[in-house]
Amino acid sequence: MRYAMAIDTKKCVGCSDCVVACQTENNVPIGYCRDWIVEVTDGTYPQLEIEIRSERCNHCDNAPCVRCCPTGASHFEPGGIVTVTHNKCIGCGACIASCPYDARYSHPDGYVDKCTFCIHRIQKGEKPACVSVCPTKCMYFGDLEDPNSDVSRILKKRKYKTLIPEAGTKPQVYYLI
Amino acid sequence: MREELITSGRLNPHIDPHLEIWHWQIPLYLFLGGLAAGILFFAALYTILGKEDKYPGAVRRAPIIVPFLLIIGLTALFIDLRHKLFFWQLYTTIRLQSPMSWGAWTLLAITPLSFAWAALHIREFFPNWDWKFTILKEIEKFLLQYKLTMAWVIIILSVILGIYTGILFSAFNARPLWNTSILGPLFLTSGLSAGAAAIILFATTKKERVLFAKIDLMLIGIELFLIIHMFMGFLASTEVQIEAANLFLGGSYTAPFWIFVVGMGMVVPAILEILELRHIKVPVVIPVVLVLFGSVMLRFIIAYAGQFSRWLY
Repeated sequence: MRYAMAIDTKKCVGCSDCVVACQTENNVPIGYCRDWIVEVTDGTYPQLEIEIRSERCNHCDNAPCVRCCPTGASHFEPGGIVTVTHNKCIGCGACIASCPYDARYSHPDGYVDKCTFCIHRIQKGEKPACVSVCPTKCMYFGDLEDPNSDVSRILKKRKYKTLIPEAGTKPQVYYLI
Repeated sequence: MREELITSGRLNPHIDPHLEIWHWQIPLYLFLGGLAAGILFFAALYTILGKEDKYPGAVRRAPIIVPFLLIIGLTALFIDLRHKLFFWQLYTTIRLQSPMSWGAWTLLAITPLSFAWAALHIREFFPNWDWKFTILKEIEKFLLQYKLTMAWVIIILSVILGIYTGILFSAFNARPLWNTSILGPLFLTSGLSAGAAAIILFATTKKERVLFAKIDLMLIGIELFLIIHMFMGFLASTEVQIEAANLFLGGSYTAPFWIFVVGMGMVVPAILEILELRHIKVPVVIPVVLVLFGSVMLRFIIAYAGQFSRWLY
């Protein structure tokens, strides 16, 4: 099993519904976010191109945050999901410094927090909150090893990229282009 | 002109607009840890070489400050933790891939050893010291018996401690400035140089001062060599590392780095030490303070600039 997400940059309108859904679902403290919208404007006026991405933890296969964690609080769950065990985390910040995507933050309660792919929902057979609320249905989630999952089927059909693959992290959030 | 404009909706405290997760605590600890490693290294080295009586400043006198350095450093590390009550989780596991885990275990071993070493030589400062309790006297007798073994353990641990202060940073490929394996040897050399400088202050004879001035001079030379290599490596690497190097080659950290670290922390004390070796009277405290100052600044600047350097996407 290998959970992954694919996000269609051609369909995403940057409404931030995924951001709000995540904050509500996961009780994210005010002023923080586990997912966020990035807009990249490229070109020369009037020939401009815009790419909108909903970004979050990439649940990397080769996760530097898991590697550098001194206590094992940052770890892989079955399916490759990277999570933090709160009462093992000492709040040293090593994982925050190690993430090239800056996907982690220090929760006001002290431990380090981040996107969990809504593991509590996945275990119940539901989709992550961000995926389930997306009004343009631009997000796909599922098991990469299952050829019939939403994410496997869309990645077969479409061209895609990942973020900073040159950092060697093997990210598992794919952006359809 | 073609432009790429990136706007992000993320504004997490201490993460955006650029990383600020580590403040003064980490570089201060890295300096104190490096200095402690440097002093202990020379103390152990001259014990192993059997030159304890020749160089009492290094073996017996300077190590007296090491427990204090480590305690202040550990306190700084503890202040830095944001989930403090769980710090003991460090000692429930050994994670070979995590430099911080290495550091935590090394500190757990080297801190009590530094206390023991300082205690063994306390009569250097208080000639009439009496341990009062029989058990303490027994421990002293036991440790004196195994002093050479202790020195071997300390010399190995001090090298690990000194290198780890740099590897802590270089393990993060997310921060291009830190992601160079030269930081390990550079911080080790800087720690040894700071240690040698501190020993000069504790030396009682001219001969010992001259020896450690020479050692320090050599270490400063190695440091300069490593710094040049670090920049050569960066400039021959990927765009993000070229940008990281440019922080020091025209960017916002240029003046503090070249003036405080290289100028005041290495070149000036090196010149003063050469003058001293040529029998021109220089108050010994000046180069020592400058070397220590450069060593502090190196860590502060690398810690802050590293958090400023990033991958662009």
